Amino acid sequence: MNRLPRWLIVALAVGPAVGLLVFYAWPLATLVTEAVTATSIADTLTRSSTWEVLWFTTWQAVASTVATIAIGLAPAYVLARFEVHGRSVIVGVLTAMFVLPTVVMGAAFLALLPDSLDRTVWAVLGAHVVFNLAVVVRIVGSLWEHLPTDMEAAAATLGASRWKVVTRVSLPLVRPAIVAAATIVFLFTFTSYGVIRLLAAPGTRTIEVEVWRRATQLGDIGGAAVLALLQLAVLIALVWWSTVAQRRHAQALDLLPTAPRRRPRGAERRFVALVAGATLLVAAAPLVALVIRSFSTPTGWSAAAWTDLGRSELRPGIRVGVDPFEAMVNSLVNAAWATGIAVAIGALASLAIVAAGTAGRALDGGLMLPLATSAVTIGFGMLITFDTDPVDWRASWWLVPVGHALIAVPFVVRTCVGVLRSVDPELTAAAATLGASPRRAWRATVVPFLWRPLAVGAALAAAISLGEFGATSLLSRSGGETMPIAIEQLLGRTGSMLQAQGFVLATMLAVATVILVVIVERLQAPRTGRSRS
Amino acid sequence: MSEKPVSGHFAHRWGTRRTALGIVVALGAGLAACGSDDSASDAPSTTASTTNSASDSTASDDTTAPSGSVTLVTYDSFPQSDTSLNDALAEFSAETGIDVEILVGGDTGTMLSKASLTAGNPEGDVMWGIDNTLLSRAIDDEVFEPYVAAGIADGSIDVAPELLELVPNGEATPVDYGDVCVNYDIGWYAERDLAPPGSFADLADPTYAGQLVVQNPATSSPGLAFLLATIHEYGIEGWQDYWSRLGDNGVEVVDSWTQAYYERFTWAGGGPTPLVVSYGSSPPAEVIFADPPRDDAPTGVIEDTCFRQVEFAGVLRGTDAPDAARLLVDFLVSERFQSELALNLFVYPANRAVELPQEFVDFAVVPDASRTLDPAVIDAERSTWIDEWTELVLG
Repeated sequence: MNRLPRWLIVALAVGPAVGLLVFYAWPLATLVTEAVTATSIADTLTRSSTWEVLWFTTWQAVASTVATIAIGLAPAYVLARFEVHGRSVIVGVLTAMFVLPTVVMGAAFLALLPDSLDRTVWAVLGAHVVFNLAVVVRIVGSLWEHLPTDMEAAAATLGASRWKVVTRVSLPLVRPAIVAAATIVFLFTFTSYGVIRLLAAPGTRTIEVEVWRRATQLGDIGGAAVLALLQLAVLIALVWWSTVAQRRHAQALDLLPTAPRRRPRGAERRFVALVAGATLLVAAAPLVALVIRSFSTPTGWSAAAWTDLGRSELRPGIRVGVDPFEAMVNSLVNAAWATGIAVAIGALASLAIVAAGTAGRALDGGLMLPLATSAVTIGFGMLITFDTDPVDWRASWWLVPVGHALIAVPFVVRTCVGVLRSVDPELTAAAATLGASPRRAWRATVVPFLWRPLAVGAALAAAISLGEFGATSLLSRSGGETMPIAIEQLLGRTGSMLQAQGFVLATMLAVATVILVVIVERLQAPRTGRSRS
Repeated sequence: MSEKPVSGHFAHRWGTRRTALGIVVALGAGLAACGSDDSASDAPSTTASTTNSASDSTASDDTTAPSGSVTLVTYDSFPQSDTSLNDALAEFSAETGIDVEILVGGDTGTMLSKASLTAGNPEGDVMWGIDNTLLSRAIDDEVFEPYVAAGIADGSIDVAPELLELVPNGEATPVDYGDVCVNYDIGWYAERDLAPPGSFADLADPTYAGQLVVQNPATSSPGLAFLLATIHEYGIEGWQDYWSRLGDNGVEVVDSWTQAYYERFTWAGGGPTPLVVSYGSSPPAEVIFADPPRDDAPTGVIEDTCFRQVEFAGVLRGTDAPDAARLLVDFLVSERFQSELALNLFVYPANRAVELPQEFVDFAVVPDASRTLDPAVIDAERSTWIDEWTELVLG
């Protein structure tokens, strides 16, 4: 066998595991032990609204996930397999949709929605699909583009129609990635907060919204913690099933180090153009709405919000107190730290997960848990855990990037593990046969495949950190706002100038996100993998 | 990682965990050390010992003159830098040698929940912005060490008695107040030659059907204030009937102030409703932050609907700098600081000696008799009222 030495696996896993224990498990456990009592459990479980909320949360998440996957596979396929003009822009815009603060995207989405759909469950499902398309396109796409084309070619030669090739050959091969993407979409929609508050009928609540409401508006932290645990239990069951399913469906494939994209031919051309065009339209429309709103005032069009941006005095003696450039710098610094942490932890974790057996699966599932846990619970947990020496870290600036990294690591892991699992073990075996030690064989055959998914994961992590609002707003902070916080602040005050400036900042954030993603896409273009001989 | 776990699965796993714990401790020590080394001015209060219990804090600090720094915990609309409010705080630091660090705790509800969780071992030294709908909870959870600013206590600062009545035992210091009122779009009513509504009864009148948007009291503090105003008007037994009539009259409910004002209100959001629950100070804000500049207010306030929100500042129980914290509270009600409140937080100063800026005099309305309810009653009934309201209006 070509197993890695056990100490190496442990060494790889220890960083991610410790990070998870200290910054996730410990705060959560502290809050639960402190706040949950027999009464709060009984009260929560006997309240009929608890079960109504759970039912709504579940069905809307299932519906959103199914719809997102169904709609997202076409763009995932097209973007992975064909040379599409403006490919990186489409991917960038999609990613921006995924990571921009919901308060902003929700407002933009609302502007586009016909009035009859306002505040209906259709608006919620539509927003969930549009916002999460990027997850399907990126996660499924990053495996799809490396799939060897020879099986598909063989099936086609044997007379299979194009549809048959896709449904019988390609889709089963990318199934692990579909399961991974579906898991993330389900996690995100099950824990949906901003979309529900902005687009659903008032009073419609997911568990996440109810946890926030109880903890922050009613001061019922015990009840909130019980609900958070309920949510966690449901999602742990799901994540467990998903990791098992991904392993079961994972097949060793001769992955190609570079994406064999080709020009669409004949009738394909129309299909590719249609899918790419529709995707761009759906994703770009809300962004255009943002730009329009940055120019609109109650009395007509004005560019003043742009020209006055960052001017410290709007009127003599009156300053807004929000510096957009400082907010941008704060966001970028945070994002740099969060990305660094997430990539380092994610890479180590991915290698350990693939190399280890059961323990690897536990780590894999464990790293997903922060996504499944209400931000309020973690934020409040940190507050009462890191409150005495030697761990008096409350209000430390680095808690924010650490919080972002907690949320971003699963994305890095998901993009890496899918690819690593599919590395043909024969490669490693061949290397071993040629006399390489297990470590050397691993370094030569597995590690090279890590770079590309890692780059994709890093871009996602950076974008998530740039747009993250929930956790950031719950951690106490001093010394400057991030962009999403500044936007929320501007939109929370009266005055047309402030509103327009909020949308200016949102546009800047969107553009920064798109640029970031486009750069990463371009960087990936040169070959990064090692070719097989 | 000196020891390699070699035995079976379980031993191996325990081995890892023990190593992990060692690293946690090492990491913690290292980070704590870093923190105190290179950011002495940054957050000294968080690195200093916070394990002091409240009991010994007063005795030991009597002899030392307050200096160093205090952390002011506040809500997220409090400007962190760059405004004249921050300039005033800088002057306080220059005069006293006490640095003031601003720590944002989230919206007011979130900030209070955090303070309740950490009562006795607080995140900062002074808290700004707990309002009268949340005051009882703050007092019950013993968030504050009772303290009223020296100037108010000795009578040198003049504060309206009704503000002081809310803290009969000197639990905290009233610092500002404002009103939550129904705002109307002046142009919309002028175009239709219609008089804007003038009372709660009018809002339920078919003449004004489908014209009002309010916030969900379960998720929005102006929404809660408006519900409380209707309870004040119609009583604990009568408000349900009034809300049924509002519902029949097509009242629209949204989740937050931002949505109501910027999405649904005819003036600011191009929406369908010319009446919105907002603040008494929204009209001057519309003038001050107008784009393009203007010198008349586009919106007005229906005085009869106004509910009074009073905000308090207090010394956090368990602070490790109680003397400096008290000095800061004293400064927060001084004329210097209070004169900056109107244009930065859009609230009225509690200190009655402060003159209001011209925009406020011209466009804001201070109702003669704003509605208010006993904070203790609000705290006791809030949950029930919200559930009842939800059932009635959304259910």
